[in-house]
Amino acid sequence: MTNLFVLQLLNGVQLGVLLFLIAAGLTLVFGIMDVVNLAHGVLYMVGAYLIATFAAATGSFWWGLALMLPAAVVVGLVLEWVVIRRLYARSHLDQVLATFGLVMIASEAVKIIWGVSPLAVPMPEILSGSVPLMGPLQYPVYRIAIIVAGLAVAAGLYVVINHTRIGMLLRAGATDRMMVSALGVDIGRLFAVVFTLGAVLACLAGALVAPILSVDTGMGESVLILTFVVVVIGGIGSIKGAFFGAILVALVDTLGGVFGPILLREVLDPAAAGQAGRMLAPMLVYILMALILFAKPAGMFGGRG
Amino acid sequence: MTFKTTLLAATTAPLALAGAAVAQDALPSATDDTLKIGLVYTLSGPAAALGEQARNGFMLYADRVGDLGGVETEIVVVDDEQRPDLAADKARELVARDEVDFVVGPIFSNVLVAIHRPVTETGTILISTNAGTSNFAGEECHPNFFVTSYQNDQNHEVMGAYAESEGYQNVFLMAPNYQAGKDSLAGFKNSYTGGFAGEVFTELGQLDFSSELAQIAAFQPDALFTFMPGGMGVNLVKQYDQAGLTSIPFLSAFTVDETTLPATQDAAVGLLGGANWAPDLDNPANEEFVSAYIEKYGALPGTYAMQAYDAAQLIDSAIRKTGADLSDREALRAALLEADFDSPRGDFSFGVNQYPVQDFYLVEAVKRDDGFYGTSVREKIFDDYVDNYAANCTME
Repeated sequence: MTNLFVLQLLNGVQLGVLLFLIAAGLTLVFGIMDVVNLAHGVLYMVGAYLIATFAAATGSFWWGLALMLPAAVVVGLVLEWVVIRRLYARSHLDQVLATFGLVMIASEAVKIIWGVSPLAVPMPEILSGSVPLMGPLQYPVYRIAIIVAGLAVAAGLYVVINHTRIGMLLRAGATDRMMVSALGVDIGRLFAVVFTLGAVLACLAGALVAPILSVDTGMGESVLILTFVVVVIGGIGSIKGAFFGAILVALVDTLGGVFGPILLREVLDPAAAGQAGRMLAPMLVYILMALILFAKPAGMFGGRG
Repeated sequence: MTFKTTLLAATTAPLALAGAAVAQDALPSATDDTLKIGLVYTLSGPAAALGEQARNGFMLYADRVGDLGGVETEIVVVDDEQRPDLAADKARELVARDEVDFVVGPIFSNVLVAIHRPVTETGTILISTNAGTSNFAGEECHPNFFVTSYQNDQNHEVMGAYAESEGYQNVFLMAPNYQAGKDSLAGFKNSYTGGFAGEVFTELGQLDFSSELAQIAAFQPDALFTFMPGGMGVNLVKQYDQAGLTSIPFLSAFTVDETTLPATQDAAVGLLGGANWAPDLDNPANEEFVSAYIEKYGALPGTYAMQAYDAAQLIDSAIRKTGADLSDREALRAALLEADFDSPRGDFSFGVNQYPVQDFYLVEAVKRDDGFYGTSVREKIFDDYVDNYAANCTME
């Protein structure tokens, strides 16, 4: 049981840092720009497809990753300029409709460009295989690399947000958008920067996960809901909240998913226990969200009420 | 009461069959001079690779012979999109509009269940080259229905028997939570009597198996048995390898085969499966089939291709036996039942339920000398194996 707990803890942290990368952009866009972006999951999917394409073209995961990042910047800028910019002054309902339309357009576009068959991204040689953990336990090197990369990005964001001028503007924007623009900051440019940063982080998450999962059109929708839960739990607009919220949600999800059925198996037959456990894990996440919102209505680190 | 019902059933059934036979004589498909065959396969979506293999296998033989059985042959290929409702409509079209003599296909069991009645009840002959559900093998067996693949449970039973013979006491079971997944684990348990380290049902279409692999790593079972067709299997195999679990034997059915190996490659090498054939099975018919397939399509054939190839051989042999006479359906069915052709899998005959009686093997994924990844026969598990439902089939 301890073995299983340790493994699931690692799996939870790995899922957590991925969720953080996606949620960081979502919380900034929502908190600073006040835009509900349902198409954020699309960026995650696009990141995976981009690295699949570039890695296949160059024959190397690293080149794929290096080329994916500037491509993600372009995708973010274009999306902001073409669609998102027109939504700032609109109501939340309009934003939901427009970005939901974007989800459908993007899924079809991906099917037209890349086809319906899932793509595979080769894992870099140096990160394949596994390391001994304790006793007979092994853990994949690549998943450890994801954890390290995610934590590095989190540390980088911490420095940018807390110790640079642009970070100061972001924090100010999340707290009081009107005041920031009244002080003469070019809010349009700030928004473009924020959205692009969010897009690049989501694309990076998709690119990092691509070698473990097969890349397909449904992958964006599956993480979007969990990401929204993370944003709400962490507090809208708070990067710190997104980080701790993501780790918390991921740990509850992975540990609940395994230990739930094990406990249930004591009282139910395996098929029913498996099914109930599957339903229990996502439910735990929402129960957690309800409890946190009950105690802190603005989320764990929410700046605004 | 029960006796009376049985009696009634017993007297009406032959009458109904006799009626059907009369109707068959007037079949428009039987009276024209061409042999028309409709292929129903899944040719789009995530499982398209399976349908393509089957279509290629059938066409490989048909193209080589030209006219099957010496009769002018016309082949119509339709895509069922893995949708039973659509497949049933297309099967009706094939029978009613195109007036085909044979319908060949499909890949998926739910599609088979949908097209079975629309095809067989009109007197058209249905040859399934992959799906082999238990109901049509037992009480619902039908004179117009032939299977060139297997009964669905059998490959899982092979793995159960292998686990039993290895003396495993502690096997971890994992399958997606839907009918075929449950049937798979039930099939495994048919021939395995040891204990279980755990039994996990995953969501259909799940792609990240980290939680399940963590459980396997923690419980350290004697072996894992799993059924994860298509993309799920590709992901599971890759993650199993990355998690360093390869010291635990990986037993599977329909998970590691020629359709998934191009994606998993080295990660799958050494994994075990149950099958009725492998590309390196040593006989002249198989050598000819495999080399012809590689030459024509540039890929290694899987069981899907082999079973469809046999369906083409079966039709060819039966029509030759009847002297190219398509109008006598009774004689045609009798000729089909003889299965007088050289299957790449070696021994092949039909049981009373018109499902194959054949050998089953333990196969292992290998990298072949020609550079392809494929399965390779390790040992024979069952000889001339008859499925468990054949005894319930009375046919008439």
